[in-house]
Amino acid sequence: MESGGDGDIPENANEHCPGPQSESAGKSDACEGCPNQQICATAPKGPDSDLIPIAERMATVKHKILVLSGKGGVGKSTFSAQLSFALAAMDYQVGLLDIDICGPSIPKMLGLEGQEIHQSNLGWSPVYVESNLGVMSIGFMLPNPDDAVIWRGPRKNGLIKQFLKDVYWGELDFLVVDAPPGTSDEHISIVQCLQATGIDGAIIVTTPQQVSLIDVRKEVSFCKKVGIKVLGVVENMSGLCQQLADVKFLKPSETGKHTDVTDWALQYIRDQAPELLNMMAYSEVFDSSGGGALKMCHEMGVPFLGKVPLDPQLCKAAEEGRSCFEDQTCQVSASALKSIVENLIPKRTAENGA
Amino acid sequence: STFSAQLSFALAAMDYEVGLLDIDICGPSIPKMLGLEGQGIHKSNLGWSPVYADSNLGVISIGSMLSNPDQAIIWRGARKTELIKGFLKEVYWEELDFLVVDTPPGTSDEQISIAQFLKEAGINGAIIVTTPQQVSLIDVRKGVNFCKTVGIEVLGVVENMSRLYQPLTDAKFVRPAGTGEHIDVTEWALQYISERAPDLLGLMACSEVFDCSGGGASKMCQEMGVPFLGKVPLDPQLCKAAEQGRSCFEDQNCLVSARALKSIIENLIPRIVGEDGA
Repeated sequence: MESGGDGDIPENANEHCPGPQSESAGKSDACEGCPNQQICATAPKGPDSDLIPIAERMATVKHKILVLSGKGGVGKSTFSAQLSFALAAMDYQVGLLDIDICGPSIPKMLGLEGQEIHQSNLGWSPVYVESNLGVMSIGFMLPNPDDAVIWRGPRKNGLIKQFLKDVYWGELDFLVVDAPPGTSDEHISIVQCLQATGIDGAIIVTTPQQVSLIDVRKEVSFCKKVGIKVLGVVENMSGLCQQLADVKFLKPSETGKHTDVTDWALQYIRDQAPELLNMMAYSEVFDSSGGGALKMCHEMGVPFLGKVPLDPQLCKAAEEGRSCFEDQTCQVSASALKSIVENLIPKRTAENGA
Repeated sequence: STFSAQLSFALAAMDYEVGLLDIDICGPSIPKMLGLEGQGIHKSNLGWSPVYADSNLGVISIGSMLSNPDQAIIWRGARKTELIKGFLKEVYWEELDFLVVDTPPGTSDEQISIAQFLKEAGINGAIIVTTPQQVSLIDVRKGVNFCKTVGIEVLGVVENMSRLYQPLTDAKFVRPAGTGEHIDVTEWALQYISERAPDLLGLMACSEVFDCSGGGASKMCQEMGVPFLGKVPLDPQLCKAAEQGRSCFEDQNCLVSARALKSIIENLIPRIVGEDGA
């Protein structure tokens, strides 16, 4: 089964299909009874006239980065948010565009819940976290955050186009685009809309799990197919590292119930084995004996950007909409993220002389 | 998908006839999680035949139709909808007690389509899986509202990755080296513990990875008036079983997670089949 682009003849099309991009798509005699007939008849054909206003808006954007993942829950939006905080802290002008229409996490992760989008004569204004960090998301447009956005692809595509046509970003060094998991409408649309003005590349976020890596391979294949450079892969939730003093100790019993013996255990350690308190306990939650993302990157010929550990403090910063780099408690994760961002940026600025 | 897979294993182990339908077209995880990688779907004159993990557990997924597992499925919603329809029209399931449908994240084409296609036939309900994180719970609320909008009963919410539980002896010990790097001192630490503090060796270490101080899924369920089915801890052994396509219930190592899952499933079944088990 081939994964076709939008111009290809769909597999389930009638014989003599004129092609979905043809002027007679959906309307010719050959289209009668075809399952795609209605879609083809109503979808716009030919060069997209929206690309012109999009190109005008994007003329003031120096670099565009897509953040992708195969699976949900791997920490993609957390990464997009922290990357944006990091770039803004380096005094770049940053825009963060959230194209996850059904599950927009970005407003919360930037501490912008409850804020609304304002319109000016220049267009829609991003919501600003800092003077140099502006954010756009459907999350700002929902009257009630619990409202489900139950939209099929074409409606989602329409909004993504509007984000690109109508938002006044101004001069940006970086536009970071946070996509939902997968390789569907949102991904096809953002590539189609931005490709003409240049996409610097995509970062793919994963966990070490094999099921996650399988989908990263698909994301790499997607990038290759649509002609986007893979800037690299980030492996999140690499392992959990914590002070022993932060661990709870439980005593299992025959009945399966556990008794919390933390107080006793910590006192016992202080009395009998105090050197343990200088140690950190490290747990590999997701088995990486298969080599994890690093090995997969070698096999697929894409850069490995680094590992970020599971850090309860990073989760907390994300939930509270804060930058982990300004938080003394996020030591382990912040240093990992900083190293990844510093590896990433010279690639962009050096190559483009910007 | 881990939950869908383990639920299916559990139902099959209770001697029910089970079908597991994977409608995550872009990221189909189900074949791997049932140990069915590399197996293809066969056609007969009755229709497409599910791939059988057990005589009473059949699976359908686009994952079983790809010649190359690295191949990306770059399809817009309409094409995905056509495939889902195909799965429902063309697959010969035979007599089933349960059809478990595993969906991708979101409330878009796949979810709208499956709700529309199965409306006439009747959907018993939906289980929503989350982690304790607030960003996850926000989307669960959206999921609950989706169900209300399309008229599907919420059977309940499962909170995964509640806490990390493992025997202390499974942990590694590291010492910061001052350069930002860590040195593995596990061997030394375990020796040290055996000599100085042996009572620690039988204990479990528990870590809260995702802050649950907001009340987690349990509180959210109360607020939204939907059942809370239970918590499943982050268990490296469960992850391993999932990766290897095995049932956690047959694995002595999956103690904590298997017990939690078993309890959730035992609460769930009477809600679907009624107390008489029909």
